[in-house]
Amino acid sequence: MLVEPLRLSTLDQLEAESIHILREVAAEFERPVMLYSVGKDSSVMLRLAQKAFAPGRVPFPLLHVDTGLKFPEMLAFRDRVCAEAGVELRVYRHEEAIAGGANPYDLGTVRCCAQLKTQALLNALAAGGYDAAFGGARREEERSRAKERVYSFRDRFGQWDPRNQRPELWNLYNGRVGQGESIRVFPLSNWTELDIWLYIHREQIEVVPLYFAAERPVVRRAGQLIPVYADTRLLPGEQPEPVVCRCRTLGCHPCTGVVESTADTLEAIVAEMMAAKQSERTTRVIDHDQDASMEQKKREGYF
Amino acid sequence: MDLDSLLAQVQRADLLRFATAGSVDDGKSTLIGRLLADAQGLYDDQLAAVRTASTRNGQVEIDWALVTDGLKAEREQRITIDVAYRHFSTPRRRFIIADTPGHEQYTRNMATGSSTADLAVILVDASQGVLTQSKRHGFIASQLGIPHLVVAVNKMDLVDWSEDTFCRLREAYLTWSAKLRCPDITFIPVSALLGDNVARRSEHMPWYDGPTLLGHLESVPLVGTGNLIDFRFPVQYVSRPNAEFRGYCGTVASGVVRLDEEVVVLPSGRWSRVARIIGPQGDVDHAFWPQAVTLCLADEIDIARGDMIVRAGNLPWTAREVEAICVWMDEAPLRVAQPYLVKHTTRSVKAEVSEVTYRIDPNALHRQPAGTLGLNEIGRVRLHLHQPILCDEYSRNRATGSFILVDPTTNGTVAAGMVIDRLHVAGGGAARNITRHRGRVTPGERAALLGQEPATLWLTGLSGSGKSTVAYALEEELVALGYTCMVLDGDNLRHGLCRDLGFSPADRAENIRRLAEVAKLFCDAGLIVITAFISPYRADRDSAREIIGADRFLEAYVDAPLAECERRDPKGLYAKARSGEIPGFTGISAPYEAPEQPALHLDSGSRDVPSLVAETLGELRRRGVIDAGRRAAPGA
Repeated sequence: MLVEPLRLSTLDQLEAESIHILREVAAEFERPVMLYSVGKDSSVMLRLAQKAFAPGRVPFPLLHVDTGLKFPEMLAFRDRVCAEAGVELRVYRHEEAIAGGANPYDLGTVRCCAQLKTQALLNALAAGGYDAAFGGARREEERSRAKERVYSFRDRFGQWDPRNQRPELWNLYNGRVGQGESIRVFPLSNWTELDIWLYIHREQIEVVPLYFAAERPVVRRAGQLIPVYADTRLLPGEQPEPVVCRCRTLGCHPCTGVVESTADTLEAIVAEMMAAKQSERTTRVIDHDQDASMEQKKREGYF
Repeated sequence: MDLDSLLAQVQRADLLRFATAGSVDDGKSTLIGRLLADAQGLYDDQLAAVRTASTRNGQVEIDWALVTDGLKAEREQRITIDVAYRHFSTPRRRFIIADTPGHEQYTRNMATGSSTADLAVILVDASQGVLTQSKRHGFIASQLGIPHLVVAVNKMDLVDWSEDTFCRLREAYLTWSAKLRCPDITFIPVSALLGDNVARRSEHMPWYDGPTLLGHLESVPLVGTGNLIDFRFPVQYVSRPNAEFRGYCGTVASGVVRLDEEVVVLPSGRWSRVARIIGPQGDVDHAFWPQAVTLCLADEIDIARGDMIVRAGNLPWTAREVEAICVWMDEAPLRVAQPYLVKHTTRSVKAEVSEVTYRIDPNALHRQPAGTLGLNEIGRVRLHLHQPILCDEYSRNRATGSFILVDPTTNGTVAAGMVIDRLHVAGGGAARNITRHRGRVTPGERAALLGQEPATLWLTGLSGSGKSTVAYALEEELVALGYTCMVLDGDNLRHGLCRDLGFSPADRAENIRRLAEVAKLFCDAGLIVITAFISPYRADRDSAREIIGADRFLEAYVDAPLAECERRDPKGLYAKARSGEIPGFTGISAPYEAPEQPALHLDSGSRDVPSLVAETLGELRRRGVIDAGRRAAPGA
């Protein structure tokens, strides 16, 4: 939309920048893949990919790393949305770890994430031989993500070396990699959480219903409201109670807190975001499990 | 405020990207932390985390640097290593800060963060004066063409809020920067630690009546770093989802394009018309920088990634030799005459640095002779490219004037480059001190007077292939139709303008350069020019295309087999070449590089002259050089 002649609104600038990145990767890499986590950022990224290549199809597959602990609502949504969008969806589950009973209750969040997310992701990327993987991470989310390039180089083991990143100037991205090396690409680098919701609102993008407020059974645990599912393990003294709440981020249900909110429409969510006092990552238990935990996970190969 | 008014406010708020830089310990991270906190750019949990961490370090005051130093190593060493991007907004504007490192070792990261900035904030410690690193950053900011510069004189609390100190620093900085291209410099005295003049007006410095830093950031006019004049569309991705659709995806690097406009595709020089423009919201009737769109053209032309769609009459340079300012970013110094890759727009080409002209000392702004550039050094280099790039001067067009150098063995990004000059095809040195004068009569007006589209039909082919015969027959036809034209014949010009030249590759190149300049002048005068030169080297013909202008250069390959040319041998030259009497004869003892994609391919080996002339006239008509319907022949 034109704010004034020949001037793009901030949201349109961000959209244009993201589409440029998506096309650049599609043109320069042999086997790109888009990590699709089913959340709001992935929903926006998918819509941008559709726009970038319209009227053609999205020229790369989507990859979902399923830990087996995702919200059940996410999986149904994922399958339907991908089918409707006409994109190829590939799902990877680290079956060995899942069969071994990996869960955050017994392993702790650090080791659980390492197996079900980081290792699973590395396995999936290696199995697919992907040389570029899009992720929906935003610099605004967390302070080590604020340090990411748009094209983030990963070595043969998927590791990030934050102290030795390639200089990245203008919109000239260096995508050259050797055998086994890859680039993680972040087309939403410059978007904020509010931008995401403004865009979802403007484009009327469908998102997982968990983002909308409804009464759900939760338990209060270490300052978080944890939603209760059939496989949620209750700690001594915990009693599920109904709370009108919604998810601000989506992940594995045992480690994702919900927030008390009555925002049950896109308009209400946008209004809530404009007044937000807490960052979205407060509801991610795993971001607080050790000092510099996100940086550590990223170094090891996590997004 | 209701949601609609809030949405309208967000929609109106424009985006300012700014970079912060300064020497180590000038208090840059503190300034940003303070700015974020005072502008409500931090969430409560982020603020709480910083408070906790500050206490852990045994401090009483909040350590604002902990907000931006996102890496563990940075927090441990208390320095910034790499750029951190931070967001905040006020009701008036959205901001993205690129917080760049101060340490000299990480200068390349400063360049990374500044390359997309509209404004740079350079910190100077009031108690230390202007240090080399602050100058280096100011220098890089000026080379990158950042339109606004703010010098934040920090730690004013340590110098008793002294106006004198502030003024002395300002004078020192201005004296140093007088040689730089800095369109707009603002000086603001601040104390990041105490928040004075960051977001809140200082009570300690009543002598200062300028804006606070935040106030300045909110109100500085956003001129943008883009160019809305020269349309440049580097093709990024070709979309062919089905037989009916062929679209060229890309980002408008500069300028504006409208539906139905005539465009030229480079480097092929083919013409077409814009048939569709598809934007993110569907079909639109125009597109401009920096929109990402898909263009469909009226004609089926072979176009690939790396080609550039531009408007006829406003072309970039097709350059194989470029001069550029380079910021060297690799541990290994620049190696002259060794292979690198240039990534420029959507094109990647092999290249060598043929010469490092000089290195610039950022402190004194002196040019020093240099054979190479080391890590974080800045200098002027000359590059030789194996394939041409389509570029403009960086100062005019960021998107088409910038490039990166990649080391093909390590794959690392080793330098950032900004094109500063076009090298002339031959020599070039003498032309540098000469300014062009432009009259007020344009080539278009001259052409309109003659009622024709000026163009150069460049016939190339072996000696004896029939170039001159075709050229003169065509001239007769055109004159009969009422057009003004001129034949330039290779042999004839060698008797006059080019009589000092021989047939070595260098002399042939200079010969072609002169002839191309003459053809250009005739085109500017409004004439249709037909040239008949062997012009055996592709690079020379490319140069001619560049000199004359790709939009009015038509390459025609007059193609007869060598055996046939030798049989004809109208001047008896082949016989002399075979006997060795004439050395370096094209086709016998010197190569002929046939055009890869000529506009016209004339089979002069098996077809007669009238049919070749008819085919050429048809092509000239198709391209609008002549138009049978527009103009009747005189006397008709």
